[in-house]
Amino acid sequence: MNRLLPLARTWGPLIGIALVAIALLVVAPAVLSPFRLNNLGKYVCWAIAGVGIGLAWGRGGMLVMGQGVFFGLGGYAMAMHLKLEAAMATGGPDAIPDFMVLYGDGTMPGWWEPFRSGAFTLFAIVALPAVAATILGWAIFKRRVKGAYFAILTQALAVAFATLLIATIKQTGGFNGLNQFTLFFGYNLYDPVNKKMIYSIAAAVLVVCLVVVWQLYRSRFGELLVATRDAEERVRFLGHDPANIKLVAFIVAAIMASIGGALFAPITGIISPSDVDATASIFLIAGVALGGRALLLGPALGALAVGYGRTALSESFPDQWTYFLGLLFIVVILFFPSGLGNAWSQVTQRLRPQHQEATR
Amino acid sequence: MLAQHGTPGLPQETHVDAFTTPLLAGTATGALLLIAALGLALTFGQMGVINMAHGEFLMAGAYTTYLTQQVVTNTDLSILVALPAAFLVAGALGLLLEVAIIQWMYRRPLDTLLVTVGVSLLLQQLAKDVFGAQGDPVQTPGWLDGNIDVFGYHWPYRQMFTILLAVAALAALGALLRYTSYGRQIRATVQNRDLAETMGVSTRTVDRVTFFVGSGLAGVGGVAVSLISGTNPNLGTTYIISAFLVVVAGGLGQLRGTVIAAFTVGVVTAFFTDWFSSSMAQVLTFALVVVFLQLRPQGLFTVRTRGLA
Repeated sequence: MNRLLPLARTWGPLIGIALVAIALLVVAPAVLSPFRLNNLGKYVCWAIAGVGIGLAWGRGGMLVMGQGVFFGLGGYAMAMHLKLEAAMATGGPDAIPDFMVLYGDGTMPGWWEPFRSGAFTLFAIVALPAVAATILGWAIFKRRVKGAYFAILTQALAVAFATLLIATIKQTGGFNGLNQFTLFFGYNLYDPVNKKMIYSIAAAVLVVCLVVVWQLYRSRFGELLVATRDAEERVRFLGHDPANIKLVAFIVAAIMASIGGALFAPITGIISPSDVDATASIFLIAGVALGGRALLLGPALGALAVGYGRTALSESFPDQWTYFLGLLFIVVILFFPSGLGNAWSQVTQRLRPQHQEATR
Repeated sequence: MLAQHGTPGLPQETHVDAFTTPLLAGTATGALLLIAALGLALTFGQMGVINMAHGEFLMAGAYTTYLTQQVVTNTDLSILVALPAAFLVAGALGLLLEVAIIQWMYRRPLDTLLVTVGVSLLLQQLAKDVFGAQGDPVQTPGWLDGNIDVFGYHWPYRQMFTILLAVAALAALGALLRYTSYGRQIRATVQNRDLAETMGVSTRTVDRVTFFVGSGLAGVGGVAVSLISGTNPNLGTTYIISAFLVVVAGGLGQLRGTVIAAFTVGVVTAFFTDWFSSSMAQVLTFALVVVFLQLRPQGLFTVRTRGLA
């Protein structure tokens, strides 16, 4: 048994990832109706962002309350491209999105122009959040701003971002956001086969993200990240710069959120400020908290569960969803701080009085 | 939902003078932020608790004003009844929160942030279900209905009232902290919790008093807010982030940092709003706070400790 333990440590997570991959890529498309599968695709996008939050918050101790911003950077970058693709399909290579004619003066801002190119869009989906996270993270971590200060700053960023989007109706569609896409890199978005393909891409990306964080958790970097979370000063005294370690985790989390957002736009057919504002960012955290912030699969499974719960509850009780989300936060954080994925060990730990409760 | 209301600013009634208008309106906004931030700074500084439901205590104060006007129909009088009532209602809510939830989480300060986010969502939805999503108007009492001419800007009495209220709240809190035994105990707990406990201070009681007073102050702020923008279920979210930025920029443990930061953020936001737009002002104010933290990561003033970082 003892000899098996290291083996299980190495291969257990991989088997878990493989099970998730089979469930999402093989079972779900075979079992679910196209409508449900598309819904699942939406949850998968949140789960991709959730995996990043698990890295930054669960392992890194940085409570990122503004991941909606990065989700939005990717989502809007993709949506801008899809919008232009739809316009160019009907109006020729110089066509501009319909809402700019409707609300604006019929001209397109220059920074939209490069998003006509699909390759540039894909590049921007990774580069934009990376640059934004680097600037913000550098400014914050280098000056050793952390804990609650960091959380509040990221949330303030989400509020500012959503406000800016709503105010720029001529450039970003304002409160309505960007919607009515027709094509996805040449594929008709109304064709169920293509919708299934986009779902599969999202699911595959989620699996890749899980493998990436699995590898990160195993690496020296992963060890340092956990060490920074638990005792930042000691890490500093050992000669490492905690700011750099945190920065890398923050950037990876931002890129994952951005990719999740980029897939969210074609799957749901819309991206709007309400998908990226402070409330949406809090919603992203809810799944991670539920599943288990520091676990490998916890954030992804939690995000899928909360996404499903949101749809299911909104269908039967439209107004009660907020109560549910609020209660979820209170109950999970109060009683299961490391998530339901870890519920059993938390219960047993509480039942063992001789152990000091160590919740981190 | 957060951004529908834009910045927590006061509607600028006239555009007469490009300098006086933002200065005066911004001072009033700063006063509101100050009332909201005082309670936050207290609980954050003393207990390390980040109460995201603090904005909803502001909202509770606003709804208390509305309800008081339904009972005391004389609007001149009702506002005077509403002030202590709002203090008690919001304070009771805060005490309830502390007893029911926060006291179990003192070892996990960052997690209190998330739990109180949950409480904030609950209270918002509750307000929506009870009072409706639209919000209700609050009558301005006659003695506050009017304005005074300052360099061509018609400065509403309501904004002056907000500033007076903030000054009064600040003075009352300062007196409480400086001259009463509870105040001494609070200051002792802020400076060194363990040592205070050793000296016989019941830090648990002190925590509860602090939470009650801090939340009650938010209720008083809610009265002022309701005079300016009526009630609204999302009212709290409009102010909470700015109030937190004030606390972060002002530093913990001392009130003067909060005071300076509140008025600075209020006035600067008003000028940015005047020059650009309210949404741009929000973004720029955020950027300014981040830049400011580059210079002073601990905020304006802080209590020196021997701890690291």
